[in-house]
Amino acid sequence: MSAPARVTPSVAQTTSKTPRGTLYRGNEGMWSWVLHRITGIAIFFFLLVHVLDTALIRVSPEAYDAVIGTYKNPIMGLGEVALVAAIVYHAFNGLRIIAVDLWPWATRHQRQLWWGVLAVWAVTVVGFSVRHIPNVFSEMGGGH
Amino acid sequence: MTADTLAAPRSPQIRKKGPNLEKWGWIYMRASGVLLVVLIFGHLFVNLMLGEGIHGIDFAFVAGKFATPFWQWWDVLMLWLALIHGANGMRTIVNDYVTGATARTVLIWAIWLSAGLLILLGTLVVFTFDPCLGVTESSMLWEKCTS
Repeated sequence: MSAPARVTPSVAQTTSKTPRGTLYRGNEGMWSWVLHRITGIAIFFFLLVHVLDTALIRVSPEAYDAVIGTYKNPIMGLGEVALVAAIVYHAFNGLRIIAVDLWPWATRHQRQLWWGVLAVWAVTVVGFSVRHIPNVFSEMGGGH
Repeated sequence: MTADTLAAPRSPQIRKKGPNLEKWGWIYMRASGVLLVVLIFGHLFVNLMLGEGIHGIDFAFVAGKFATPFWQWWDVLMLWLALIHGANGMRTIVNDYVTGATARTVLIWAIWLSAGLLILLGTLVVFTFDPCLGVTESSMLWEKCTS
């Protein structure tokens, strides 16, 4: 017996406020995708700036140190935690996407794998913060 | 294009001859992604976790890294892989949300142009770096570089 043909939902259905059927909408699959896009865009724009600030190494020691010094104040320090959080999410969720694409077991368990990604993400970000945040705040008031 | 003009999901696809660039893009995102996890996690660990962390990053720290081919190649590989990965991701997003054909063409050109220029800039910086370039009499490196 063949499976009943799946009906393509109408536009009215897919834009309805109530998620239904096999649509990702409102579930883990959608949020994993939304976060992957947002973190990806954020990392891309940081990367553009980061290549330019590192390029100052070729201008003069003073130019490089002046600009890199701005990364060392506490507000930027918290920004670096946010950046690392974005990178770590994008990295682990990216590995999950590869697994879901290539390995049928992972496709069936994509939802559980996403919660696993969040757990490993949280552990990694906490581990980074414990090292980075006290370090950033330790030189407050002096120097840059 | 509206939803009414989209073909049914299982209708046969007619493709132009030549390499399937979208397929290679798909493969590239996964292959470069795996390498970037290793390269960027290593980059963050060495620069922000070891030693003095962020307070250790200054001209001397980067000059020390660029003095070894290992870190030069690490950084250049990261530069190429990350910018192409990022630019292709931005292209996907533009294709999803920008409906005007002209705006889409302009944005995608801008993405590849900025990625290309930064790859060129970054590669030149890494391989032509010399700690004594740009050093003037008022600089902290003046004595070392002129002796």
